[in-house]
Amino acid sequence: MKDFIIPWDDRDYGTPASTATEMVSLTIDGFDITVPAGTSIMRAAAEIGISVPKLCATDSVEAFGSCRLCLVEIEGRNGTPASCTTPVAEGLQVKTQTGKLKQLRRGVMELYISDHPLDCLTCSANGDCELQDMAGAVGLRDVRYEAPKDGLMTTHFLPRNNGHANPQYMAVDHSNPYFDYDPSKCIVCSRCVRACEEVQGTFALTIQGRGWDSRVSAGTSDDNFLTSDCVSCGACVQACPTATLVEKSVVEIGTPERSVITTCAYCGVGCSFKAEMRGDELVRMVPHKSGEANRGHSCVKGRFAWGYANHKERILNPMIRDKITDPWREVSWDEALSFTAKRMQGIIDDHGRHAVGVITSSRCTNEETYLVQKLTRAVFQNNNTDTCARVCHSPTGYGLGQTFGTSAGTQNFDSVEHTDVALIIGANPSDAHPVFASRLKKRLRGGAKVIVVDPRRTELVEDAPHIRAAHHLPLRPGTNVAVITAMAHVIVTESLYDEDFIRERCDWDEFQDYAEFVALEQNSPEAIQELCGVDPQELRQAARLYATGGNAAIYYGLGVTEHSQGSTSVIGIANLAMLTGNIGKLGAGVNPLRGQNNVQGSCDMGSFPHELPGYRHVKLDDSRNLFEEAWGVQIDNEPGLRINNMLDAAVEGSFRGLYCQGEDILQSDPDTKHVAAGLAAMDCVIVHDLFLNETANYAHVFLPGSSFLEKDGTFTNAERRINRVRKVMAPKNGYADWEVTQLLANAMGANWNYIHPSQIMDEIAMLTPSFAGVSYDMLEEKGSVQWPCNAAAPEGTPTMHMDGFVRGKGKFIRTEYVATDEKTGPRFPLLLTTGRILSQYNVGAQTRRTENVIWHDQDVLEIHAHDAENRGIRNGDLVRLASRSGETTLRAEITDRVSPGVVYTTFHHPDTQANVITTDYSDWATNCPEYKVTAVQVAPSNGPTQWQQEYAAQAEQSRRILPAAE
Amino acid sequence: MTATPVFGDAEQHVLHEILAANRHLEGALLPILHAVQHQFGYVPAEALPVIAKDLNISRAEAHGVMSFYHDFRDHPAGRTTLKICRAEACQAMGADDLVDHARDSLALDWHETTKDGAITLEQVFCLGLCACGPAMMVDGKLVGRADVAKLDAIIAEARS
Repeated sequence: MKDFIIPWDDRDYGTPASTATEMVSLTIDGFDITVPAGTSIMRAAAEIGISVPKLCATDSVEAFGSCRLCLVEIEGRNGTPASCTTPVAEGLQVKTQTGKLKQLRRGVMELYISDHPLDCLTCSANGDCELQDMAGAVGLRDVRYEAPKDGLMTTHFLPRNNGHANPQYMAVDHSNPYFDYDPSKCIVCSRCVRACEEVQGTFALTIQGRGWDSRVSAGTSDDNFLTSDCVSCGACVQACPTATLVEKSVVEIGTPERSVITTCAYCGVGCSFKAEMRGDELVRMVPHKSGEANRGHSCVKGRFAWGYANHKERILNPMIRDKITDPWREVSWDEALSFTAKRMQGIIDDHGRHAVGVITSSRCTNEETYLVQKLTRAVFQNNNTDTCARVCHSPTGYGLGQTFGTSAGTQNFDSVEHTDVALIIGANPSDAHPVFASRLKKRLRGGAKVIVVDPRRTELVEDAPHIRAAHHLPLRPGTNVAVITAMAHVIVTESLYDEDFIRERCDWDEFQDYAEFVALEQNSPEAIQELCGVDPQELRQAARLYATGGNAAIYYGLGVTEHSQGSTSVIGIANLAMLTGNIGKLGAGVNPLRGQNNVQGSCDMGSFPHELPGYRHVKLDDSRNLFEEAWGVQIDNEPGLRINNMLDAAVEGSFRGLYCQGEDILQSDPDTKHVAAGLAAMDCVIVHDLFLNETANYAHVFLPGSSFLEKDGTFTNAERRINRVRKVMAPKNGYADWEVTQLLANAMGANWNYIHPSQIMDEIAMLTPSFAGVSYDMLEEKGSVQWPCNAAAPEGTPTMHMDGFVRGKGKFIRTEYVATDEKTGPRFPLLLTTGRILSQYNVGAQTRRTENVIWHDQDVLEIHAHDAENRGIRNGDLVRLASRSGETTLRAEITDRVSPGVVYTTFHHPDTQANVITTDYSDWATNCPEYKVTAVQVAPSNGPTQWQQEYAAQAEQSRRILPAAE
Repeated sequence: MTATPVFGDAEQHVLHEILAANRHLEGALLPILHAVQHQFGYVPAEALPVIAKDLNISRAEAHGVMSFYHDFRDHPAGRTTLKICRAEACQAMGADDLVDHARDSLALDWHETTKDGAITLEQVFCLGLCACGPAMMVDGKLVGRADVAKLDAIIAEARS
């Protein structure tokens, strides 16, 4: 761990903490200390503030014992053992500084430095280099060794030696867009290799050769960092003690001078980062060791892909226009707000208060989301609020709410360290939640087993080194409910359920009803084989493993929810956990992997049209009265419109004004043509975003947004953890998003006077029982907290349902499989399913504007060789992808990751617009769209479809901006 | 250096047979690398990713192991492989002179092959024949009490 700045306790203890409970006492340099058994002497010394010199040790990886700098003397023992690899023992008397040790260390350092360039002053790690620090610490004053002049032997760092090219010299590898690898500065401590293996689990690096020839190598000898398996997570850069692996931004800007702890604004893992700054310029994002979601790890998006915040396409001034066919006109904030307020008020006056609404963002903070829903409830006086969780995890809210009583995951991420069997359904954490995937993979390499239920062969099935799924159930898209119910069938009919747990914690009558249902022959693995294409024996074994393999945890993603039976699948998953007693304890549970940084938070904050903050129905008088009193307004007691209802109503003409914050519904919502028609029919569409996104093509007002670096607030991640977002620079657009919402509310007659987001959080805590104990002061002290956090759980709640379900008794509900109406047929014989790729995020608005495009510059269609051959499609061909809704073209990639009959693509690029293909079928309970199943046909093509051409033309027309008036 | 042959379908097939015969072993990578080198005379670059995938390890790991052992070659050797021992006992018996003579007369550095493809020169550190040093190994066959004359004879035979 580099040692640049120390916010809170950021010291490197050298080796990981021991989890043993037995304690051992010893003496180090005359000081007594008691530590858990298994702790290294190095770590024990660090705990009392004694730093033993070290190079190859860092506390993110296991001790290695190669640098021989951390030697100590132990009374009664021979020699000078390495303190990193020597565990403590009772009564040891350790000395870390003796004459002998000093001499040895100086000798070791002298050898290191003899093969290291002495260019410290111009080195990018100057001031942030452990080799430099250690040379100082051991008092190195002279280097007596130099390469022989005869040229037979030379150093690794000189390009030329005696006029000849030095065969040992390797040039800098600049291939990765975010960091450089300079082998001439490498001391071969293997920290990067070990971090790649132990922390990230990719095993992209190795030490090639041996002895003097030992060098760090990415991939094989033909590879560089870019062509190797490297996923650019940054763990190696983080572990490197020198300038060998260093961020390009540090090379360009220089070392940072201060750091601020904040939270990543990408996926729902919610990693804590240190934003390292020079003035108000961000130099680098470094994962924060004390972050409880990520424990010091990161992925390519959070660590490196923040350049979008400074991208040239970012809009910094408000813009308005009368009609969407007009070009944009840049105006002052005052003019933009009064224009907007007038238009919205006009709609309300002419068409009633139900004719307008809002869409809150899962990327903005809790406080901002809260204000947006308050805007519609308190100022517009309707409940027309919805959020992008509608299109991802709304079935989670419904399903877990019905069965357990809360709409959230049950565990924290640390829980995975206690898991024996992980059941991954419809999720691809390696790409979409990479930091969680790394933690899971570490546990899997430690012996846990994994069952993957996914139509696609994801990385966890067999592509990750040293991991092979115990079972992969490659089901046909759309048959989740059948497979989950069949697993329950096996558990019930083979009596593998946990009767004690069910009798104590669940309703026994409901269980019996459910058991009777799942035991029906029609739900057996054999009976559904034809339907879902899963080998019944494999399914039976998977069910047995889940039920009997120890602590079993379910992690699921949008492959479960985004179906016409998404809510049923979630209920089925909850049933499995209750059947086997795998809930309410460490290492088990039901864990939705949230797509966006604050999906959990935006749901918590009352973004849904039927729920006030804290999941309280608007029909409940008590809850409504609470808010009415606090806000001094009358709140509508009827649920408002969902996104799709808003769009339908817009087409009909009864819904005419929309404030859409931080979401691109045109690209992310299904059936693009319908969304476009709805937006085009409105009188006032307000887009509040960083960029002119696709939705903005249909907007009348564009309010520039602020990035997560430019505001204070909180995000709530998938484990219900409320993390602070801290402002590291002033908003480039002038206002944080919560301020913009407040300005708009006040322009429409409200009288809001928040001067800091902490006041908004105080209001949330006052009105929401599960947040009652949360305040910025508390977060400052604890770092983060998992809700519920109130008088009953003042420290927050890492694991839910420990002593009883939130709703009382766990509820078993029947899960009848009903096939989707979206069916394959002669015209559309293939099933399309969609997903995400590691380097890109959601609609790509952010990641497409970073160097991440080097890994994924276009969406491609994965197709099995059989299907490709039947259609005369070769790898890389342009193909036309058509469904009943629409058609687009993209390039084909032939792969056996997908089964015959299934094709797959991502939705990161607007010029492909995968959602023009998807249909408007949706979940029966929550209207979550059925993105994951679309009947399609694929055919060779020679260019963009007519729709793509028209779309591109419209987008270009719509994005015109008039030059600012003189 | 001999031109690297094409690694085509037939070679892939042979590789898969080797994998099938060895993948059940504990620590199967080394036996597989040995078998591949035995079969092809070297470990083709195309084989490494296939081996790695089959063993569920990364190709970096496979490369790390292979490059650790000098005996594994990444390109074909000459028709004859000459290894000269440079460990202490043989050095004491004059191996360095032998080494200089071999390098000069063949105009080769270590692990290089003569242009005619006849001989590959390698160094080795102890062949376990210290009692009869200096020692050499020619295509797997030990040569004790080696001297310049024996060396020249071996080179001449290899080139004939």
